[in-house]
Amino acid sequence: MAEERAAAFTRRSIKTWTKLEGLELVVSMMDLTTLEGSDTPGKIAFLCRKAMQPLDLRYQVPSCAAVCVYPNLVKTAKKFLEPSSVKVASVATAFPAGLMPTKLKLREVRGAVRDGADEIDMVINRSDFLAGEYERVFDEIAATREACGVAHLKVILETGELQTYDNIRLASEIAMRAGADFIKTSTGKISPAATMPVTLVMLEAIRDYFYETGIRIGMKPAGGIRTAKEALAYLVMVKETLGDDWLTSALFRFGASTLLNDVLMQLVKVADGNYQSADYFSLP
Amino acid sequence: MSRRKPNSSQLAIVNRNGEANSRPMTKRRLDFGERWSYAPALETNSYIKLRNRYQLFINGRFVSPKSGQYFDSLNPATEEKLAEIGSANKEDVDLAVKAARRSYKTVWSKMPGRERGKYLFRIARLIQEKARELAVLETMDGGRTIKESRDIDLPLVAAHFFYHAGWADKLEYAFPGRKARPLGVAGQIIPWNFPLLMAAWKLAPALACGNTCVLKPAETTSITALHLAEIFQEAGLPDGVVNIVTGPGETGSALVNHPGIDKIAFTGSTEVGKQIASVIVGTKKKLTLELGGKAANIIFEDAPIDQAVEGIIAGIYFNQGHVCCAGSRLFVQESLFPTVIRKLRDRISTLRVGDPLDKNTDVGAINSRSQLDKICELVDSGLKQGAQLVQSRARLPAKGYWYPPSFFTGVTASQSNRSCQQHALRIERRRLDGQGEQNFQDRKPTARGRSLGEHLQ
Repeated sequence: MAEERAAAFTRRSIKTWTKLEGLELVVSMMDLTTLEGSDTPGKIAFLCRKAMQPLDLRYQVPSCAAVCVYPNLVKTAKKFLEPSSVKVASVATAFPAGLMPTKLKLREVRGAVRDGADEIDMVINRSDFLAGEYERVFDEIAATREACGVAHLKVILETGELQTYDNIRLASEIAMRAGADFIKTSTGKISPAATMPVTLVMLEAIRDYFYETGIRIGMKPAGGIRTAKEALAYLVMVKETLGDDWLTSALFRFGASTLLNDVLMQLVKVADGNYQSADYFSLP
Repeated sequence: MSRRKPNSSQLAIVNRNGEANSRPMTKRRLDFGERWSYAPALETNSYIKLRNRYQLFINGRFVSPKSGQYFDSLNPATEEKLAEIGSANKEDVDLAVKAARRSYKTVWSKMPGRERGKYLFRIARLIQEKARELAVLETMDGGRTIKESRDIDLPLVAAHFFYHAGWADKLEYAFPGRKARPLGVAGQIIPWNFPLLMAAWKLAPALACGNTCVLKPAETTSITALHLAEIFQEAGLPDGVVNIVTGPGETGSALVNHPGIDKIAFTGSTEVGKQIASVIVGTKKKLTLELGGKAANIIFEDAPIDQAVEGIIAGIYFNQGHVCCAGSRLFVQESLFPTVIRKLRDRISTLRVGDPLDKNTDVGAINSRSQLDKICELVDSGLKQGAQLVQSRARLPAKGYWYPPSFFTGVTASQSNRSCQQHALRIERRRLDGQGEQNFQDRKPTARGRSLGEHLQ
C-alpha cells in the first residue's frame, strides 16, 4: 500500500511555474554532501562555494540549506560558510555504522558542535535496534540530543538495514520522542538508500506525532535521489502528506550530491529554453 | 529550555516544553493550501474530431433514427454541448435486433472460433492504437478524470478484448464434457459510470462465444460507444454483429421487450434492474443483472490506519463515487474513531477537484445534472436526519456539475440507508465485540451490500 500511494505522487504532472518554483525549493532544501575518506580542505572549499551560490547570479538560484561533512572538516566548512546563511552539518556518532561506545560518540558530537557545526546528523545504533534493545537506542538519541546543545539534531535510521516498514515506523517514533529535530532515511553508504515508500512511512509517523503533540518534526531523505524529477515527486509527497508548512528547508531537506547538478540543469533549461551539456556544470 | 529555534516568523514552531507556544496546541491542523500550487497540466484535446450528429449503428452502417429525433450530449465539466445523438425508438430497435439475428444466423455463429478470435484481436489492437483519443473522449463525455480513463479504463478495455479473443478458439475445452454454444442475440444495456469499459465487458465475451449484440449505452455517455463502432467498421467486423442503439430509458425498454432477443445483460440501478427482471420473468429470455450496492468498510482497532484510510479513499472517491461497489459505508471501532475522522478529513483536503482533463485532477465532474441533484437531495436528507457533514473545501469550477468530497459522521443504522448513497461516505462509530467472525451483523448481506472491506492486522 505504501508503494502504491508513493507511486501516485510520481504521477503528478509538474509544469511551468510549478516546476520552476519546485526546483528552486529543492535547491534551497539541499544538504550538499561529501562523505568520502578522500575529502580535502580544497574539495570542501569548492563545495561550500557551490552551496552558497549554485549557479551564475543571473539565474537567481537560492543557496543550499547546508553542507554536510565529516567532523574533521567542520572547521574548514565553517570558515567558508560563516558569512552566509548556509549551515554546516556534520555526521557524527561513528558514522556510518554507529558501532562505538556511546561515550566516544558523545565526545565526537560535542567536538563537532564546538568546531561550529549547526546541525548534527547522527546514526542510530542498528545493532541495538535489531536486537530489540529499543530503550538503549532511545537513550543514546536523547544523550546525543543533549550533547548537541543548540545544534539541530537529525537522526539517521538507515532504513536500508531495518528490514520492514514496521521497523522504520518504530524507529521514527523512537527518534522523535527522544528529541530528534529531523528524521533522516539513510547514510548513503548502503543500498537501498532513500526510497519514496520508506519516506512516506516516515512522513506518516511525523504526521501522527504532530497530531499527538503539535510538534513539527523535519524529514530528510538522503542518498539515491539523483534526478530533478524524483526530487519534485518527493516535494509532491510532502505537500500532500504533511501540507504546506513542511515545504521549507526548516522542515524538509534532501541529502544529496549529484542531485544538485541535475536540478541546476533543469533550472537553466527553464530560464534559457534549452539544455546545456553536463560539462557546463561544475562537479558537485 | 526550548530545543528548537524558530527559523522565521512564518515558521513559528511549538516548542517541546509547551511554553510560549506560537501556535495554540489545540490547532493541530495540517495546512493543505496554495503554497507551491500545481500549474494546470491539461491533456490536449484539440485533435479530437467530434461529429455534430451521431447516428445509430445498425447493420454495420450509421443510420439516422426513424423518429428523426436527437438529444444533446453535454460535457458535464463545462455544460457545453458536445454533439447530438440519435434517439432510437421501437422501430430502430427492431431493425437492430433483426440485423443482429441475420448476422447471427448467416455469419457469426457459423464462423469457427479462431476466426472470431482474429476479429477480436484486431479490435483490441485498434483500441490500443486509439487509446489516448478514446480516453480523452471518455473524459469529455462523462466527466471522469483523464488520469483514470487513461490509466485504468482504456488499458482494461483493450485487455478485455485481448482476453476474450484468446478464449474464442478454446471454448471446446472450457467446460469438459459439454459443448459450449452461442445463445443468439444479446441485448446489452450499460451504465454511464465506465461507458467504454462496460461496453467491453458486455461485448467481448458475447462476441467470443459467437453471439451477436444490440448494445444500448447510457443516455449521457453514448459518444465513446459510437467511436467504438467506428473501430468495428475499421476492423471489418461483419455487418450486424454489433449494433448500437442510443437513446433514453424507453430505448432500453424497447430492447428488453423485443421478442427477438435471447438474452438481456443489464448493468445499472437496482430499481431498473427489478423492472427488467419483472418484464423478463416468464419469457425464454436469459438475464444477467449487475446492480448497485452500498459496500461497507470496517476498521478494527489493530488495523494499520494510514493504509486503511487509503483503502477507504480509493473505495469511495474513485470515479467520483460512481462505482457499483463503492465503499460508501464505514464502520470504525470506537477507540479509533477520532483518529480516523481526523485522517480522513485531512486526506479529502488533498483530493484535487476540477477539470477532468487536467492530469492532476483526482475527482472530476458529476456525470449529469440529474445525478448532481440526486446527490444534493440525499445529502440534504442526511443532514435533516441529524448527521454531521464533513466536506473538503476544494474550490469548485463555476460551470459544470460538481460536488466536493464529503463524508457524514453521527449516522446510525436506523437512518435511511440511501441517505448518502453516492459520492459521500457515511461513518458509524461501533463498539466491536471481539474480532473476526463474532458478533458483527453488518457483515451479513444487507439490502444493498455488494462488497466488503475489512481492515485489521
